[in-house]
Amino acid sequence: MTRRQNILAIGLEIAVPVLLLALWWVLSANSKTFYFPPLKDILTTFKDTWLFKRVGSDVVPSLERMFAGFFIAVVLGVVGGLLLGLSRRARRAAAPIVEFLRAIPPPALLPFAILVVGVGASMKIFVIAFVCVWPILLNTIDGVIGVAPTLRETTHVYGISNRDRLLRVMLPAASPQIFAGLRTAVSLALILMVISEMVASTNGIGYFVLQSQRTFAIPEMWSGILLLGILGYVLNGIFVLLEKRLLRWHRGARASALS
Amino acid sequence: MRRLPDRLLPWASVLGVLVLFELLPRVGILDSANFPPISQTLSTLAGQVVGSDLWTAVGNTLAGWALGLGIAAALAVPAGILIGSSRLVYRSLRGVIEFLRPVPSVALIPLAILIYGSGLQSKVFLAAFAAFWALLVQVLYGVQDVDPVATDTARSFGFSRTQRLLRVTLPSALPYIATGLRIASAVSLILSVTAELVIGSSGLGRSINVARSGGDVKLMYALIIATGVLGLVLNTALVAAERRVLRWHPAYR
Amino acid sequence: MLRVEHLKKTYGEDDQAVEAIGDIGFEVNENEFVCVVGPSGCGKTTLLKCMSGLLEPTSGEVRLHDQVIDGPPEKMALVFQEYSRSLFPWMSVRQNVAFPLRRKSLGKDEAKGLVESAVRSVDLDGVLDRFPWELSGGMQQRVAIARALAYQPEILLMDEPFASVDAQTRADLEDLILNVRKEYGVTVVFVTHDIDESVYLGNRIVVLTKSPTTVQELLDVNLPDERDQVETKELPEFARLRAHVYRSIKRKQPEAEPSTT
Repeated sequence: MTRRQNILAIGLEIAVPVLLLALWWVLSANSKTFYFPPLKDILTTFKDTWLFKRVGSDVVPSLERMFAGFFIAVVLGVVGGLLLGLSRRARRAAAPIVEFLRAIPPPALLPFAILVVGVGASMKIFVIAFVCVWPILLNTIDGVIGVAPTLRETTHVYGISNRDRLLRVMLPAASPQIFAGLRTAVSLALILMVISEMVASTNGIGYFVLQSQRTFAIPEMWSGILLLGILGYVLNGIFVLLEKRLLRWHRGARASALS
Repeated sequence: MRRLPDRLLPWASVLGVLVLFELLPRVGILDSANFPPISQTLSTLAGQVVGSDLWTAVGNTLAGWALGLGIAAALAVPAGILIGSSRLVYRSLRGVIEFLRPVPSVALIPLAILIYGSGLQSKVFLAAFAAFWALLVQVLYGVQDVDPVATDTARSFGFSRTQRLLRVTLPSALPYIATGLRIASAVSLILSVTAELVIGSSGLGRSINVARSGGDVKLMYALIIATGVLGLVLNTALVAAERRVLRWHPAYR
Repeated sequence: MLRVEHLKKTYGEDDQAVEAIGDIGFEVNENEFVCVVGPSGCGKTTLLKCMSGLLEPTSGEVRLHDQVIDGPPEKMALVFQEYSRSLFPWMSVRQNVAFPLRRKSLGKDEAKGLVESAVRSVDLDGVLDRFPWELSGGMQQRVAIARALAYQPEILLMDEPFASVDAQTRADLEDLILNVRKEYGVTVVFVTHDIDESVYLGNRIVVLTKSPTTVQELLDVNLPDERDQVETKELPEFARLRAHVYRSIKRKQPEAEPSTT
């Protein structure tokens, strides 16, 4: 791209979203439709609701449950993935069970969770953990399997202890792949947090949004949707940043391998 | 376990799990009200298979899945190709796409209820919305990942922009589009079942919930298993179709 | 010091069996630099893997100090051909070289000293805190060599270590390994397909046949100890040895009698 084109591109990158927002503002300003209130009202309601009135009552519980479930999924998925990645026989044995369980669409599990665990926080944590574990597990397995044979042979030649081999070789070597799994899992965690709260909860962002719809508090509903969108964006952004820092070596190694 | 030949390992573990879930409830370690012996669940499932309720529900879920996937594909593939093949257009819209993409589509469930009620339309709206973003991203990757040497070669032979698009870009982007369709299919199924669960549209999700709230635990489990099987079948079918259609592509040889 | 006895390695079973190594036997004495050379595909890498305990032979054995090898021995180090896949990309040069020393319960200062002197002897002083991908191919292979040296093995096995670098870097690395071997007093078994290299570096050469591989010939290299890329290669003895090895490798296997039709 020429320099002129590049400047034009940057300009567009900034201008277009701003223009679209302005368009939304203007088009909805005189809105008489009940379901699509003026953007101005939505933003005002957003400020009133989420900065910071309902943070403690809804945002914090939602995020707590989401991170708890996610954390459990990470531990189980990484540990399980390391073990299964190292043993071909264990993988073969586990394959049909894993394939079936992960094919179940997550929402179908909610009634099961409600039956067995109830309608409290543990149900939500359970569902999030149960669903998020699969992408992490499978990606960890792939990451371990993909470790170059020469790398493994090197650890044998130098008599590296089992503990070191697992923690200081296998885990770092698989980490780019594990990270891909973590990113998928994070977006799944957010989705399940919302659904589980819509189905059975007395607080939380998802609960709030649905409740607002039921009581026809439309601007509030939109403010909740906006918050969820921001949350999704921020979580994704955090992961991109983390990946850039922690996996710099991987990008460097790949770039030099390709040249 | 150690002496079993590799071939038998998967069967052995499935058998082991089945035996476990048969015995533990019967012995009382698992509460049989919440965890009925698996044989009872499976016979309930068998009963459903020969009845018509299950298939009606499956039909409803599939309707949502198919329409959602279809609409998403019809919109995302052309959009992705158009946006991906122009650097300026892509740069203009990149911010919008990157912001809207991580939005959990389930956040729109209340909106769907408001606008479309609780029928098929709501379901399709949600499924299509979610599947659209998943597919769009993959199509964009695919179009942008085209080997510039290939397009330059075509250009040096005098191919017009449209011709380059159709004859070079599109074929080389096909594996990405195929992956995108697989992901979009899974997403569409998930959102369909979600809509059935949360909004109450007819389909497997609703049936599962009704079974639970009505206390018919065996039916609930049977339907969950059926939903899992449906997920497996759809995924397997798509993978097989992908392999057949893309047989010629170097990535699949 | 190291003895290979009637080594045989077959891959696969029954009618799909591939006999990589038929019958190999030779000895390596202390302080020698033994080069193993043979036609491509002759199981040189398989031989090295059996010698290092990474692969179990189908029959026969390898003994180090009269002990049968059934796993990588502590006194042995191995340098692979693909340095990019044997160095750990998430570790710096320093960390890579120091990593095998964890096994040896050394004091922090002692380990640091070993690492630094090993890196110094491969001429990589300034890059201790760089990462492998920031270095050229030749430099990465030096790191692998430094890692092997810091480990202080008695015997060093090298599997075509210079095959993946350009010719000039290869010449530098060849001289490097000769110097380093003198400095550290380590015995070297060096596998290569490059005939010139095998004559230049070694004081004994093991010539292998095509598969099923056996020992074609064992040669002594009667060249002066001090080797030089130009002077040594100008010596008539060098040319003679070179030609001899070449012919030895190219010598055909006796063929079966053609059946009369």
